[in-house]
Amino acid sequence: MTAIYLLKKIGILILIIWAAATLIFILPRLATSRNPIAERLGQTAGAAGYLSQNAAEMVKAWEAKFGLDQPILRQYWNHMKDLATLDFGYSLAFYPSKVKNLISGALPWTLCLFGTATLISFLLGSLAGALLAWPKSPKFLQYTLPIVLTLSAVPYYLLGLVLIFLFAFTIRIFPLYGGHSIGVVPNLSLSFLVDALRYSVLPGLAIILAGAGFWSLQMRGTMVIGLGEDYINYASAKGIKERNIFYRYAVRNALIPQVTSLAVSLGQMISGAILVEVVFGYPGLGTLLLKAVSSFDYNLLSGIVFVIILIVAVATFIIDLLYPVMDPRISYKRRSA
Amino acid sequence: MKVMKSILSKLRHDNPSMLAGLILILFLFFFWLAGCAFVDTKRAQPISGLPDQRPSYQYLLGTDSNGRDIFAVMIVGTGLTLRVGFLAGIMGLGIAVILGFMSGFYGGVLDTIIKGIVDVLLTVPPLAVLVVIAAMRAEAITLNFMIILVASLSWMLPTRTIRSQVLSLRERAYISMARLSGMTGTEIIVKEIMPTLIPFLAAGFVSISSTAVLASIGLEALGLGPQSLPTLGMAIYWAISFSAMLRGMWWWWAPPVVVIIILFVGLFLIASGLDLVANPKLRRLR
Repeated sequence: MTAIYLLKKIGILILIIWAAATLIFILPRLATSRNPIAERLGQTAGAAGYLSQNAAEMVKAWEAKFGLDQPILRQYWNHMKDLATLDFGYSLAFYPSKVKNLISGALPWTLCLFGTATLISFLLGSLAGALLAWPKSPKFLQYTLPIVLTLSAVPYYLLGLVLIFLFAFTIRIFPLYGGHSIGVVPNLSLSFLVDALRYSVLPGLAIILAGAGFWSLQMRGTMVIGLGEDYINYASAKGIKERNIFYRYAVRNALIPQVTSLAVSLGQMISGAILVEVVFGYPGLGTLLLKAVSSFDYNLLSGIVFVIILIVAVATFIIDLLYPVMDPRISYKRRSA
Repeated sequence: MKVMKSILSKLRHDNPSMLAGLILILFLFFFWLAGCAFVDTKRAQPISGLPDQRPSYQYLLGTDSNGRDIFAVMIVGTGLTLRVGFLAGIMGLGIAVILGFMSGFYGGVLDTIIKGIVDVLLTVPPLAVLVVIAAMRAEAITLNFMIILVASLSWMLPTRTIRSQVLSLRERAYISMARLSGMTGTEIIVKEIMPTLIPFLAAGFVSISSTAVLASIGLEALGLGPQSLPTLGMAIYWAISFSAMLRGMWWWWAPPVVVIIILFVGLFLIASGLDLVANPKLRRLR
């Protein structure tokens, strides 16, 4: 791994985080027609059934409290300072909860569900795709192709809807909704983990099945191209065992583009996972995001979006670091360029 | 007619997946066309019928809790969703072509900047950005606004493909020949490089369309779509927020799911058919 490669990747990581932080600073200030504070005060006043006469002054006072009356560059600096400590201020919808606490409550759910499901779907899909392309695989595998193809084309959350209908509504073997039984406080005891696992099966399955379909088709394509290359013929002419040709020559090489494409599509996949959470009411970032959207809680919304971008950026960075380990040519490339 | 027949038989033989995909998408298109001609599409509006009706002769696919005729919603929604895919595909492809060619053909600082933007944007989850923009908008979201929104975040991968293709084509002998014989840069791009890239451009169009439709349906499912239009994604949003599934109203949530699946499978088949054209080594699959 060359230092330049590493520096470049770190540079991109910082650039992404900066862009995300700036984006959530600029966007609300562009939408001048919508004032979160005025809306929130209006909602509260409406709920109390009492409209204050000096509402405009109240809005001003709150704006001063949130520092919205200061010069724009000053605001930008404060915003960046806050984000560096992951301080997103108070939630407007769940006041007096802080956005940070709401997010840290939801984050473990998303990380566990999305991380595990993505890993399983990637490994399972790649293996299935490799077997689909391998000429000596059992014939019946070819008949699964239409199913795999359909799965790969279906958005995660629609598959989730179908799974809920089949396994939670028609055959009631899995719970319909939520992340754990009602009335249980999340803790790390065994009984709670088992309970939570039962609730994660269907949302996890939605991500795994749809994801595996995608990965296997892609793997199949790469494998088929690789299998026609000279080095495979050479290996089999040398008398290397079929099994070894499969794993060490064909799969090993086809995995490299798979990992590249994993890094590229993480953003797309987490978008899908967010919607899966919404469909299942799973207590992660996705469901929290829906609450933030429906109550126009801008602090919460921007906090969640920033954290999601951060997760994807860091995960991509880690994959990028693993990449030269998988593909020894990377370090040579630099020198010849 | 004879030409049609020979094209069809050639497609069936050489590229069945493209043929199957085209049939699925054309099926949806004609479903919309015929639906508009024979069914009163006003019934897709709320309170145009009785709420919560099971499928019957009067309401082929029943009605939802707001009194929309689901069959009419499917017709109008299919049309709207196809429109999102088509327009966003054209817009996104336009961006991808311009940036990809500038980056690949002219290179230099421009290439570094464009490549950097693509790399950064590829990492950012599109839905996260779209949600912020859509939520910040004060006025009701219109279909055209949503098309522009989803198109603006779905051009990155095709840009990358086009760039790398242009980069390799640029070095070919026939391009040097064209340059020596006095063709300008634009002429070379349009007359020499573009035609070779047609399968890639078509694949880019399909991929942008499907990313855009996916994003738009995702936004709608979060309630951030055009509230007054009966798109497929809004149908799913209403079905979820009125817990259609728990109430056993399969005719509410299942039809949009089926139409969306047909659409995505169709687009996917076309994309893999185009892959076969662009990448002849894949023909070993058969």
